[in-house]
Amino acid sequence: MLAFVLRRILQAAIVMLAVGLIAFSLFRFVGDPVVFMLGQDATPEDRARMTEMLGLDQPFYVQYWDYLARAVRGEFGMSLRQLRPVSTLMVERLPATLELSFVAALFALAVGIPMGVYTALRRNSWLSTVFLTVSLIGVSLPTFLIGILLILVFAVQLGWLPSFGRGETVAIGWWTTGLLTTSGLKALILPAITLGLFQMTLIMRLVRSEMLEVLRTDYIKFARARGLSDRAVHFGHALKNTLVPVITITGLQLGAIIAFAIITETVFQWPGMGLLFIQSVTFADVPVMGAYLMLIALFFVIINLVVDLLYYAVDPRLRIDRAAAAGH
Amino acid sequence: MKRFALAAALLAATLIAVPPADAKTFRWASQGDILTMDPHSQNEALNNGVLADVYETLVTRDKQLKVVPLLAVSWTQPKPTVWRFVLRKDVKFHDGTPFTADDVVFSMQRAQAPSSNFQIYTQGIDKVRKVDDYTVEIETKGPNPVLLDQLTELRIMSKAWAEKNKVTAPQNFIQKEETYSARNANGTGPYMLKSRETDVRTVFVANPNWWGKREGNVTEVIYTPVKSDATRVAALLSGELDFVLDPPPQDIARLKSGGKIKILEGNENRTIFLGMDQHRDELLYSDVKGKNPFKDLRVRQAVYYAIDEAAIQKNVMRGLALPTGSIVAPQVRGYSKELDKRLPHDSAKAKQLLAEAGYPNGFEVTLDCPNNRYINDERICQAVAGMLAQVGIRVKLNAMPRATYFPKIQKFDTSMYLLGWGVPTFDALYSLQSLARTVGPGGDGNFNLGRYSNPQMDARVERIKTETDRAVRDRIIGEALAIHNQDVAHVPLHHQVIPWAMKANVDAVHRADNRVTMNWVTVK
Repeated sequence: MLAFVLRRILQAAIVMLAVGLIAFSLFRFVGDPVVFMLGQDATPEDRARMTEMLGLDQPFYVQYWDYLARAVRGEFGMSLRQLRPVSTLMVERLPATLELSFVAALFALAVGIPMGVYTALRRNSWLSTVFLTVSLIGVSLPTFLIGILLILVFAVQLGWLPSFGRGETVAIGWWTTGLLTTSGLKALILPAITLGLFQMTLIMRLVRSEMLEVLRTDYIKFARARGLSDRAVHFGHALKNTLVPVITITGLQLGAIIAFAIITETVFQWPGMGLLFIQSVTFADVPVMGAYLMLIALFFVIINLVVDLLYYAVDPRLRIDRAAAAGH
Repeated sequence: MKRFALAAALLAATLIAVPPADAKTFRWASQGDILTMDPHSQNEALNNGVLADVYETLVTRDKQLKVVPLLAVSWTQPKPTVWRFVLRKDVKFHDGTPFTADDVVFSMQRAQAPSSNFQIYTQGIDKVRKVDDYTVEIETKGPNPVLLDQLTELRIMSKAWAEKNKVTAPQNFIQKEETYSARNANGTGPYMLKSRETDVRTVFVANPNWWGKREGNVTEVIYTPVKSDATRVAALLSGELDFVLDPPPQDIARLKSGGKIKILEGNENRTIFLGMDQHRDELLYSDVKGKNPFKDLRVRQAVYYAIDEAAIQKNVMRGLALPTGSIVAPQVRGYSKELDKRLPHDSAKAKQLLAEAGYPNGFEVTLDCPNNRYINDERICQAVAGMLAQVGIRVKLNAMPRATYFPKIQKFDTSMYLLGWGVPTFDALYSLQSLARTVGPGGDGNFNLGRYSNPQMDARVERIKTETDRAVRDRIIGEALAIHNQDVAHVPLHHQVIPWAMKANVDAVHRADNRVTMNWVTVK
């Protein structure tokens, strides 16, 4: 068990290093932050001085090595755009992104599962057709378009919800939350729907197909033969058995939600890490971009590691295979 | 007696506690955030514009862009290289400390520090010294006809405050701590910084103790960056914003037609033009080998004749452009209407000139172009490419974001490029020195990226730098602009017209440098 965990952690570290290396080799193509910092009237001498001061004249692998050496000591450098420590910026932005992502995931589950169950049980009803059509739209429309459409309807036409921002937030220690104020909750609705819509349709379709599968199995027939109520059969037996893959997928998709929040955050000016990243790209703010990419890689690695470990704990076959492999 | 004291206390309380008769909030947005509150750290248009209402300068520009007194009430020039400024009395910083000559000397030195990005505005300034509490002298390295223009960007901060908060030098990028002045401000201006959440919102409130005369009625200003074009426009339409600095050009017509939104168009003093490599013996990006077609005046003229600027203005810019034959805009000192004449659009003439120059079948060249810097920059280049193709010059378009574009062209790594040049000093020297002077030290030709070089031009630029007789100087500027036109050193296209979008109940004053002056905003 310990060897397995260690091996996985080592693999995770290699993934992180590779992400960092690729990221830094790409940064050269984003452009030169010095242009933004000094404005267009700067003399060549000024630019050379600034480039040297920031270490941007070094080859990328040297920059990357410096970055790693400092990151290990917990220093992520200064944002070139905002002139503030990157770690402070990340900590400031993390709550907004995580809150949005969790609410979006919650929305996807809370709406996706009932819709999936319904479409599986009443396959031919008109409402099922509507749900499936809607889910098709959710899968095929790009996120930014959905966001802009929602803004157009609910902010511009109806005037019910704000079109951008996070509303008022309440600070609890270093964490800021918008869940405790009316304006914060109102501001959360449109971005959460936009971000969660794709996952919602995914979950709905997954639940539907799993349910259809399970409903055909023998134990459901036996349950019906025992004279159990429809309700008990559907929710007590069928749904329970479909949820295992749903939970796995949702867990894995959480990483994707956090990463894809970039687009939603840009459309709604949601002050999270994704927006910070986009703004850093336009300014070629290398320290922030590096930290963001590493952080997102870390999220993915951790989520995958946890899922792997859970499988290991749940599925005895994995353990047997490993033991057998080790014997050879 | 007691009753009197009570009445006095009550009276005092009402005097203090009465809120402004009508509190007006002004909420505005543009694409990016204000970068820093430090007045000498980032030389960026939005940043300079916003800070101008918080930190004041010795002199400023009025609505006609004329230089007028602000913290200095008057000035004299005892010697050509010495300027003596008399400072305004009874001015207080936002924290209550009085404004004196020490603050001026301190701020000028701070702007000259190695970590300052405002050295472009301090160049030529040698020494700044205090004469008495309300008089300072600025000594320049030589006669400097644009010193007052430079001073409009050198903002004054409190020496005592800077020392207390350890911000006597502007942000140093290597240090690991955030500089206090990046998110705190203490100037003498009409608006005080109330709160700042970077990338979320920055709030200013009117300074109740401001010395000057209020022209607008805004008591609170909230600035929010909104990155997405569509969202910014939606927020204006839904009433969450009062003002958008940079509405997307394609939405202007739609916004106008609604009736709820007012569009204020103003001419920016930024000229969009094409440049050509006139230095190398062989172009880097062309199929002509062994020679450089752009060295031939006839080829440059052919490019000029080939371009139909009226079509660009109408179809690409949708009217948001002022076609021009001048490299400086009308608001710039030295501009002359006689010299603002384009070569007419004439494809036949262009073809004939190309044939005379030895390119009857044209040639191929790459046009470098930014795609997120100027209004419709990439689409202008596409139009230019199409027009040049009609006379046989086959253009390969190479469009890229500004962060990669500027480093590339500033290394002269280009054969043909599109550039826009704004003039913060409102003086033609700024354009001629950067764009037309032979490349050299001290800012000479620092954006002369085609390396155009003409000794006649250089001699005139040198005289403009130091000539203090206004009439003589204007005449020499005219000569330089005429040489520029004759040589087709660049092909001017148009001056940008900047539209601002605001709710119908908002009045603002458009400035040619695209700045919103909060003190000039009225919300009805």
